[in-house]
Amino acid sequence: MAGLSPGRYALRRLLVGVLQVFAVATAVFLLTEALPGDAAVALAGDNPDPARIEQIRRVMRLDQPLAERFADWLGGLFRFDLGVSLVSQRPVTAFLTDGLAPTMLLAALTLLVLVPVAVLLGVVAAVREGSPLDRAVTTVSVGLHAIPEFALAIVLVAVFGVQLRWLPPTAVGVGDNLLRQPAVLVLPLVVLLARPICSISRLVRAGMIEALHADYVRHARRLGLSPGRVRLRHALPNAVAAAVPQLAHTTDWLLGGVIVVEAVFVIPGLGTTLVDAVAARDLPVVQGLVVFFAVTTVLVNLVADIVSFRLSPRTEVVR
Amino acid sequence: MFPLRSARVAARPSRDPVPLSRRGFLGLAAAASAFALAGCAGGSQGAGPGQPRSGGRLRAAFAGGGAKEVLDPHMANLFVEASRAKAMFDKLADLGNDVAPVPRLAERWEPNGDLTRWRITVRQAAFHDGRPVRAADVLASYARILDPKRAFRAKSSLAVIDLAKSRVVDDRTVEFALHRPFVEFPNVLAAFGAYIVPEGAEDFAKPVGSGPFTFVSFEPGRSLLLRRNPNYWEGAPHLDELEFLISNDESARVNALLGGQVEYAHDLTPTTARSYEHSDRLTIVRSPNSGMQAFTMKLDRPPFDNRDLREAMFLLADRQQLVETTLSGAGQVGNDLFGKGYQYYADQIPQRNRDLDRARALVRKAGAEGLRVKLDTSGAAAGFIESASVFADQARQIGLQIDVAVGNKDSFWADTLNNGSLSSYRSGAMPIETHISQRLLSTSTTNVTKWARPEFDALYDKAVSTKDEAARRQVYLDMQRMQHAEGGFLIWGFADWLVAVAPRVGGVAKAPANTLDWARFDKVWLG
Repeated sequence: MAGLSPGRYALRRLLVGVLQVFAVATAVFLLTEALPGDAAVALAGDNPDPARIEQIRRVMRLDQPLAERFADWLGGLFRFDLGVSLVSQRPVTAFLTDGLAPTMLLAALTLLVLVPVAVLLGVVAAVREGSPLDRAVTTVSVGLHAIPEFALAIVLVAVFGVQLRWLPPTAVGVGDNLLRQPAVLVLPLVVLLARPICSISRLVRAGMIEALHADYVRHARRLGLSPGRVRLRHALPNAVAAAVPQLAHTTDWLLGGVIVVEAVFVIPGLGTTLVDAVAARDLPVVQGLVVFFAVTTVLVNLVADIVSFRLSPRTEVVR
Repeated sequence: MFPLRSARVAARPSRDPVPLSRRGFLGLAAAASAFALAGCAGGSQGAGPGQPRSGGRLRAAFAGGGAKEVLDPHMANLFVEASRAKAMFDKLADLGNDVAPVPRLAERWEPNGDLTRWRITVRQAAFHDGRPVRAADVLASYARILDPKRAFRAKSSLAVIDLAKSRVVDDRTVEFALHRPFVEFPNVLAAFGAYIVPEGAEDFAKPVGSGPFTFVSFEPGRSLLLRRNPNYWEGAPHLDELEFLISNDESARVNALLGGQVEYAHDLTPTTARSYEHSDRLTIVRSPNSGMQAFTMKLDRPPFDNRDLREAMFLLADRQQLVETTLSGAGQVGNDLFGKGYQYYADQIPQRNRDLDRARALVRKAGAEGLRVKLDTSGAAAGFIESASVFADQARQIGLQIDVAVGNKDSFWADTLNNGSLSSYRSGAMPIETHISQRLLSTSTTNVTKWARPEFDALYDKAVSTKDEAARRQVYLDMQRMQHAEGGFLIWGFADWLVAVAPRVGGVAKAPANTLDWARFDKVWLG
């Protein structure tokens, strides 16, 4: 790490990232090939007339050798062309952009609420370590964290959407722009926030407690700095740095389209697109999404590392 | 050609490579919603739909297919695509409630003496852009489906047509030449996906058909908005607008209906239907005889090449229990014959009932005591795995060991066509003749039971070249007797097709799935 500037470090990480994306794309291509049945079989469904399946294969060009199709796809990738869907012939980029809008919106809103709330809860609990407030925050967050998204989603829909009718139970029919009817976002956001708020506030709390007991904080206090200033300027950055990897993980999870949430609330995001594409064995669409997910994972982790480095230069950045 | 892929399974595209499958919590979701609603159940019937009236937009929630969705009616495959296609397009004929063909764009049809040439008179109708529907459009549509370079679903149904010898007689008359005598040619005109499109139509981004609704806008995997066609030949629809919305998860469709976000939710599970049976917040519409439920035995290999063993299987099945458990009672027992309630169904063959003593004796006679056999099933259709488990329990009572093997649901139908000896099976509605020609002839391409009998093939040829209907009915009866006695289809039930609508929705027909009136919206109104 010594002597490596953040800029050079980022560049090196980016190059490694490109290789990682390529490796993931190859692995997924081969794994999807290895699944039983192909797009033709999936499309033929309960009418598996062998002659028709053969004909569908020809129309979809699935009769071409594996290596040739992979090379074609890879060649397209270098031209930023992700190809077209085997089934509908729509460009893969159209699936990506369609699914991305709702997924990005949900991810952005979730993070917007998540970071301040989780940090606040963590700091408050840490500062009042051992107090009834700390114990209450801990108990609630451990409890909430234990509830899987689908269970929480179903209960919330049943209570607030169906029984009380306070909020729309799903986003059916709202269309592309979910902001047009912000009420549909409330329940999905609650579900998406529940677990990350718990885990991140726990990490912030632990980081904050550790920092408050650290030598440099004690030293700062001895120098006569006010407790508020010590907490805010000196302890907090380290506490947040401890939570950054988890925050990155959460961001990555959100950008992948949280399938359960999308299914329960009928939000046509990237998760749904991926499930549909895998079911149809629509390889170009699956591949396009996987490349996209790999790219976001690499980027999010890179940003997280740089942020950690900035917040707390002591943090070991090389992974 | 008619069995639609069960899109319900698609959470249905129900393929779950992702660990948290939607199916996994589908049941849970239904149960939770049902629980939440338990308080409302048993309420009084709200204001009904009343008399037909015009106006309004009906929003209908269906399962979709994401990448798979297209508006080309010849490519229709999913339930939602079938419903959209019939909203925007017409076929020459379609299937009535008894699954017999009824004229649609064809005003009438008339065969020649030897049933090899059929003259079709096209109804006076117009496409949405004002052009009249002509005989040339009909011929061009069929030529498109039959194009050897393509793989449309209706292709094999239409293969009986000799396109080179077929011709346009005048603007509204077309004459089809067939490769062989075929009295059931109207079934072909009603084949799944055999829609009439304007001659030369290839781009279906903004489809132009002759159907009751015209295209407004489309977002694949999300929505399709249609408007009333005031000039529809059968009379304009009641609704001003019809919107198809996609929601793959069944409980989400029901929740959207309960939350007032849609007025129609397609394809429910029997469990959900039972939970809301007496609710005043929605109405359950049941279409009987929609889905044949079966186990198939392959006749060309052990152990089911033994007729006694097959009969033992027929006799050990507790059909009522299968219907009660896996269909939650939403269906009727079957008699090992396809097409209950359809034209030519052999009602006179007595219902087979459970007889364990006789089943045991037959197993002994077959020398199959203690037999162990694998039953292939999967999540390819709702209730498959459950019915397989129930059936395995039933077989155990006479000492047969059935091992339920759950396979991949996306490739299930292709996997079980030629492999294994016992598997789960279902089918949507289609004419009995179509069922026979696709599944029971030695030349059938999807002959899952491997039933291949020259005398049966000969009876089929006789039936489809017999002009006299009573005589034809007799031949179909003889064929069904053979199937019933010795066939490989253990058809234990017929599932209802289940749909939920808001209480103010009227005119939703109780027609078997895949028939004309099923998932049809031009006769529906909002009260």
